[in-house]
Amino acid sequence: MKETKEYTLYNDTVMDHFLNPRNMGDVEQADGVGEVGAAACGDIMKISLKIRDGKIEDARFKTFGCGSAIASSSMATELIKGRTLEEAKNFSNQEVVDALGGLPPVKIHCSVLAEEALKAAIEDYEAKQPKVALATA
Amino acid sequence: MDKRSVYLDHQTTTPVLEEAFQAMVPYFREAYGSPSSLHRFGLQVREGLKEARQKIAQMINAESEEDLIFTSGGTESANLAIKGFADANVRTKGNHIVVSAIEHPAVMNSVEYLSKHGFEVTQVPVDIIGRINPEDVGAAITPKTALVAVHLVNHDIGTIQPVKEIAKITAEKGVALYADAQAAAGWMPIDVRDLGVQLLSFSPHRFYGPKGIGVLYRSRKARVTSHIHGGVQEGGRRAGTENVPAIIGAGVAAEFAVREMDQRVAHVAMLQKRLYDGLWKHVQYIKLNGPVPGPLRICNTLNLSTEFIEGEGQLLLLDYQGIAVASGSSCVSKSLKVSHVLSAIQLDHALAQGNIIMSLGKDNTVEDVDYVVETFAKIVVKLRNMSPMWKEFEEGVIDSVIAPTGRGKSFTQHAADISGKPAH
Repeated sequence: MKETKEYTLYNDTVMDHFLNPRNMGDVEQADGVGEVGAAACGDIMKISLKIRDGKIEDARFKTFGCGSAIASSSMATELIKGRTLEEAKNFSNQEVVDALGGLPPVKIHCSVLAEEALKAAIEDYEAKQPKVALATA
Repeated sequence: MDKRSVYLDHQTTTPVLEEAFQAMVPYFREAYGSPSSLHRFGLQVREGLKEARQKIAQMINAESEEDLIFTSGGTESANLAIKGFADANVRTKGNHIVVSAIEHPAVMNSVEYLSKHGFEVTQVPVDIIGRINPEDVGAAITPKTALVAVHLVNHDIGTIQPVKEIAKITAEKGVALYADAQAAAGWMPIDVRDLGVQLLSFSPHRFYGPKGIGVLYRSRKARVTSHIHGGVQEGGRRAGTENVPAIIGAGVAAEFAVREMDQRVAHVAMLQKRLYDGLWKHVQYIKLNGPVPGPLRICNTLNLSTEFIEGEGQLLLLDYQGIAVASGSSCVSKSLKVSHVLSAIQLDHALAQGNIIMSLGKDNTVEDVDYVVETFAKIVVKLRNMSPMWKEFEEGVIDSVIAPTGRGKSFTQHAADISGKPAH
């Protein structure tokens, strides 16, 4: 035990994203919104997207959940901004875990929730698009 | 500017009292003998040990200091009370145990262990403030009941239980009563004879004694079988060389707990009321779990649920501002499950998630409490701005559990809708 050390539950990156979350809020007139809940712990995460020319121009989140859930959604929105929809569909929670420098094993599901919220937002966007795919098939 | 540091987790553990610490010091390097030894090093220690035993016996008005068994902590004491008593009495009394639904895990899991080894268990429910109804205990007792296990004060929500009334019923039916006094000891007077309990456990680190020492009081009428096998320490009921320094410190802590009981309780109850009034004045949509401050609630804790936000976030932000608290939210527990106490009082899932436990101590001040109120109010705003639930509440998509507006669906329904499964 050292007097000068700051003891925190999560690592510095996770704490930073929890204390100073990036992209917190709702995208105005969002093109896609995904809200998902974790049956395991009761957390709820909402991600809203602005999509331009097949790319994620803006992403924002709101989270009802623990520190790692908030940090995971903050990091996920940071990572996906600028990506194409195709890239975003392949987004994996592992990217969030890696970018955060790791999460405690019991908190990995928080990053899964971020992946699910993002994918739900993309599905919502695609569901709203005119059904051109059928016509060209 | 240095951050203010406010420790509000005294129901988890407390710092060691200066006097207790000083009394312990010689027992590490000077009087280091084992009390079982027959030479002067051992004999020298026996005296201090006996004195500590007497002080702790006086604290609970035990008939004799010989009625105490020292263990490694409250958990071991609870294990010994339940498993040791069950083992010693299963043949003569029966294999049935009655417990309340909101016991500490040390009790719950000891009973669960027995249920896998031939015992039958009846759990008695509690009301919405966490009170056990003595009549329910009476109704649960069968001719095969060996033991009733209840607590004096609930560790999570601070409810004071009607143990004396329960003891009247168990005495009438000839069943032994074990009371877990872990959350009560040091914060309310305890008199084992007046209560009428046959077994009672607690650990001094909850009232400014050291960790690593637990106490089990056992009236001479109640037999327990040892569960730690070895030498014949503690009257053959708990083997192993005594943790002498800790027992010495516990004795001093017990002595001060008795001497300062009135002033500690008065001070802490005043702070509890101030904290309660302050929080409820400055934060909307907040609910107290357990009884309101007063005769049914232990003087040092508040258990609150703040709606639309989750408990771990509150805990972390409070910690960042120098305030240490606990939480019964699922995100905080390693099992991802909401505290079984909150489930038993039928607290709505949304409120169980936003749970925080603040427990005061003798060294907290009015300034501490005012700082906590001010900081907590800011943290709630910050987290509500981050929470989708708050905006959805404002937009009428979901409704408040605490102060329903009649607009929108319940949080639990909403959570089930979006997760595809019910939230618990």
